[in-house]
Amino acid sequence: MKPAPFAYHRPGSREEVDQLLAQLGSEAKILAGGQSLIPILNMRLAAFGHLVDLNHLAGEPAEPAVAGDELVVGPLVRQAAALESALVAERAPVVSQALRHVAHPAIRSRGTVVGSVLHGDPAAELPAAVALLAGSVRARSRRGTRPIPAARLWTGALENTLAEDEWVDELRLPVRQPDDGFAFEEFARRSGDYAICGVAARVRAADGELKAAVAYLGMGGLGQVHALQPMAAEEIDGPGLRSALTEAVAELDPGDDLHASARYRRWLALELGLSCVRRAAERALK
Amino acid sequence: MTTKLFGERVERREDRRLLTGIGRFTDDLGHDAAQAAFVRSDFAHARIRDIDVSGALDVEGVLGVYTHDDLQGGFAERLPLLIPHRDLKAPRTQYALARDELCYAGEVIAMVVASDRYIAEDAAQAIRVEYEELPVVVDLEQAVGAGPLTHSDAADNIGAHVSEMKGDVEIALASAPHVFKWRFRPERSASMPMEGRAVFARYDAGQDTLEVYDSTQAPTGIRAGLAELFELDWDRVHVIAPDVGGGFGVKVMQFYPEEVLVPWASRQLGMPVKWTEDRREHFIGSNQERGQIHEVRVGVDAEGRILALDVRFLHDTGAYCPYGLIVPIITAAQLPGPYRLSNYRYSFWSVFTNTVPVSPYRGAGRPQAVFVMERVIEHVARELGLDSLDVRRRNFIQPDEFPYDVGVSWQDGGPTVYDSGDYPSGFQLLLDSIGLDRARQQQAEARAEGRLVGLGVGCYVEGTGIGPYEGATISILPDGTVSAATGLSTQGQGHETIFAQIVADELGVPLERVSVTTGDTRRIGFGVGTFASRSAVVAGHAMLRAARSLRDQTARLASTTLEVAVEDLVFEAGAVHVRGVPEKSVPLARLTLVSNPLRYAYGRDARLAAELAQRAYAKADRPLPEGSRPGLSALEYYSPAAGVFGYGMHAALVEVDRRTCNLRILRYVIVHDCGRIINPLIVDGQVLGGLAQGIGGAFYERIHYSPEGQIQNASFMDFLIPYATEIPPVELHHLETPSPRNELGVKGVGEAGTIPVPAVIANGLSDALGVAIDHVPLSPEEIFQLLHPEPK
Amino acid sequence: MSVRVRSELQRVTLTVNGAAHELEVEPRWLLSDVLRHQLGLTGTHVGCEHGVCGCCTVLADGRPARSCLMFALQAEGLEIQTVEGLASADGTLHPLQEAFRRHHGLQCGFCTPGFLIAALPFYRTAEGMSDQELREALAGQLCRCTGYAGILQAVRAASRIEGERSQA
Repeated sequence: MKPAPFAYHRPGSREEVDQLLAQLGSEAKILAGGQSLIPILNMRLAAFGHLVDLNHLAGEPAEPAVAGDELVVGPLVRQAAALESALVAERAPVVSQALRHVAHPAIRSRGTVVGSVLHGDPAAELPAAVALLAGSVRARSRRGTRPIPAARLWTGALENTLAEDEWVDELRLPVRQPDDGFAFEEFARRSGDYAICGVAARVRAADGELKAAVAYLGMGGLGQVHALQPMAAEEIDGPGLRSALTEAVAELDPGDDLHASARYRRWLALELGLSCVRRAAERALK
Repeated sequence: MTTKLFGERVERREDRRLLTGIGRFTDDLGHDAAQAAFVRSDFAHARIRDIDVSGALDVEGVLGVYTHDDLQGGFAERLPLLIPHRDLKAPRTQYALARDELCYAGEVIAMVVASDRYIAEDAAQAIRVEYEELPVVVDLEQAVGAGPLTHSDAADNIGAHVSEMKGDVEIALASAPHVFKWRFRPERSASMPMEGRAVFARYDAGQDTLEVYDSTQAPTGIRAGLAELFELDWDRVHVIAPDVGGGFGVKVMQFYPEEVLVPWASRQLGMPVKWTEDRREHFIGSNQERGQIHEVRVGVDAEGRILALDVRFLHDTGAYCPYGLIVPIITAAQLPGPYRLSNYRYSFWSVFTNTVPVSPYRGAGRPQAVFVMERVIEHVARELGLDSLDVRRRNFIQPDEFPYDVGVSWQDGGPTVYDSGDYPSGFQLLLDSIGLDRARQQQAEARAEGRLVGLGVGCYVEGTGIGPYEGATISILPDGTVSAATGLSTQGQGHETIFAQIVADELGVPLERVSVTTGDTRRIGFGVGTFASRSAVVAGHAMLRAARSLRDQTARLASTTLEVAVEDLVFEAGAVHVRGVPEKSVPLARLTLVSNPLRYAYGRDARLAAELAQRAYAKADRPLPEGSRPGLSALEYYSPAAGVFGYGMHAALVEVDRRTCNLRILRYVIVHDCGRIINPLIVDGQVLGGLAQGIGGAFYERIHYSPEGQIQNASFMDFLIPYATEIPPVELHHLETPSPRNELGVKGVGEAGTIPVPAVIANGLSDALGVAIDHVPLSPEEIFQLLHPEPK
Repeated sequence: MSVRVRSELQRVTLTVNGAAHELEVEPRWLLSDVLRHQLGLTGTHVGCEHGVCGCCTVLADGRPARSCLMFALQAEGLEIQTVEGLASADGTLHPLQEAFRRHHGLQCGFCTPGFLIAALPFYRTAEGMSDQELREALAGQLCRCTGYAGILQAVRAASRIEGERSQA
């Protein structure tokens, strides 16, 4: 389990990265935290002629920051830093909640937030949280920059819509509104494993009604957010929420795998969804 | 003798080096050695049409590329059958490098040796194999039915059929008030030590010697086998098992292909060669265990007394059976466990499938046996409306029935005769410890709240300490330290400590003055290996004997030196003293010098020793009198007449989360009896470690094969070894019923903790869910299916 | 397949346990391999090479990291700490090491360096953790021998041993 040979590039600036990707095209792969990429390379499930290591980019922030009403996460912000960030806990609590379920300390201390989002594993926590928040990434290349909203970031498992010469230098997440409540729940076989099923929920209290939205992980898709019909606070504890979530779950298309059947996953999605939305509602109403 | 170390909770002698990072595992050696990588079959069953190695030869840094065509003599023949059996009519073992037919995905096809492992993998990847795919059989029932052949030239997939009977099962069943029939299915699993296998070989052409470091549980056998294969004197071949990062059975095979090929390549290339198995290779290239299908008929009376038990089972031996029939024989012999079965019959079929070969994994057939027996008890109780705890009590062998003959053969070929035990007391202690009444009440309250809580219990007997023998060599060195060695190797069991305890007690020296070496044929060439929970019993007694012989020898010398009778000598604090005359003594260090009538200047005691030597041998007619020898050392062997049988019982209070369908273990209690305990620290560690593996086997760890014979979860992402978060706190109690079969009264402990756990968890879940459970490991998915069956 | 050519060696300076080492490495060489086979620091073990077992865990700038999921080149500029750096120069065991010995926190010893390193950043707070918190803090490290019981006790006890020493 040793990687195939590659040429290693260590750009010092974002512009140098642009340059390298323009030059190398599909032969190149960005290396940031490497916690998903290097296992794949070690197993020789993939090989790239060139790795472009972002870790020595000068002046990249180590922690998320707030710009206007958005939380900005640079390409080298580690999952551990985001998890420990009071700013994230306050402005994007669902990201903190999700990060607690991301692997283990030794993985989080290297793995980056942006990297996990782009890697696009349907069973990973961060893509679901980003989708729920309707975050976006800024793709850049020598040709310029463009925002890609979460809804259009992934085309399928482990596939994103970046062009060959593009990479991401920023993840932007809208910060919470005063009446937002968030919750995140997941079920995995062992602590830190990829989810069998997980749910990220936001409940926004407005005009005497609760507007809930949920995003799932481990349920096949990526980037989908299910907005539930607005409901009165009482309905959250009644059959209203169950039927709304049942509809949302019906839209999902989870597969069978070694650890769980689609039927079991749908059950989990509904059960976890109920408690997750309720918890988010409680927080919204506080 | 002063304070006994036997029985004391002493800290381990081996820990310092392991804690400071200076332990020596095989891959820690030979940084400059060439490195091997292997091409392994992509298919579970195929014929090799062609192997094109040209791509590999072009890779810079490649030193050698080998296929079966390159092998000659014994190397080109099939690997040995380690344990033949008269009923094993159609044994199969593999070639070191496959010749034509490939019978499991992972079978070794070609070897590459290169300057480093990275390049070796580059080259292995460049080798092209053209396959002709053959039909694959994975499922056991298909394999004995109309399924394809595992080996295309075989008549069928059955390697052996073995049956034995105690009493008369048919007659007993015919007259039994109740007869029931059930089926059980334990699934495939694997030992999965944290360190994979590794072999580092140095052949020296000038001296014609071969030295092999091997992460093995049985270096003595590897040495003997390599000597034969290489046609070298035993003295020219040495095998050393240095620090070994866990074994649990998978590292005792004699021989894996790599254990033959790496030394062979070292001789071919005239340079040191090393191979360190990676995790991917371990999944497809190292042995597995556990897959069986049982059909049970049981006859009982109205109180649940078992009148007859008839068990027929299929044992999955994988593509080859290098370990003979040991696993199914153990299953068959240990299935009755602590229960008195007057009429018992087993029939098993050892069945080939196109999967990784099977050999023992910690527990070795017993977890399956206990799962079957304990599920039978629960079923019987349920059918008859009885308390399953009462059913157990009614069937226990009683303390006055020992020695107790199970009535079928044991793995060593002799009868299965239990030596000692007290099952009813152990069971009572278990129930007291878990607080049965409170647990039942807790369960009732939880149920009233709609929670799914269940109590699971499981009992087992574990045969341990089998022969044929082990040896020990012990010397007193001129600095007064004691150096002991035994042939079997160590994978974490603390042998360096427990053997030192035994030796230190006999020789009256402090523990820290005794060093123990294991698994090094340079120190002792005869020995068997660490498996079957045998080391403490067999090597422990070899140590005892050698220490005693050394003591006698030392005493004789001291008696002439001190001019007192042997009977008046006391061994204490590293010296021999005259009883009642404290000032009259001689240190062991000096005695080693005294024993050697050779002048050499070094050594603090040299001058004194020279004087004493003259006195010791004053009346002799020659420098070294007849019957004496220079130095103080002894070599002794111990061969037990029969095995010794430990036992234990576990209880668990479990809960199923209705939302997630996951298992939560609320409480776990163990009662365990392995006879007299040499070191409680180590025994606790063995039992608790075994338990964690048992929990893995009950709920997390299963090797999943596709119908095409591919392992679908060949990584730690998907083969779910529990982390600390998945293991509950455990309450552990010991009983110490000494074995009457050996002097120390000890029994083995290595496998005990693992054995009953799948049964206990399955019983707990069955109780919580109110449904029958017929296989292990279980999973949240299966609990979901049990709770919410698919609408028909 | 085309012939793979050995990729070029690159110079790198690695700081391990406070000492700087100048080395030439291939870009693809994993930090775990370079620590073990270039620097001879074989206390860092390799158990899975896909980041799950934790045997190869080292500290990188004080944080635990899988050395099998880092190229050696990437460790340039980071302070790497391995198990060899734990005990004092005079051989005195680190309180964590001492605690592992007292509480039988190791059997075969293969996973042990990873556990010691993983516990190093937080052991001083372990005594106050709940059983579940402590188990979660150590999840990500696999042990196949001990069933974790001795490890949990040891990590909990280490700060006490440290306290005893500072009083002595």
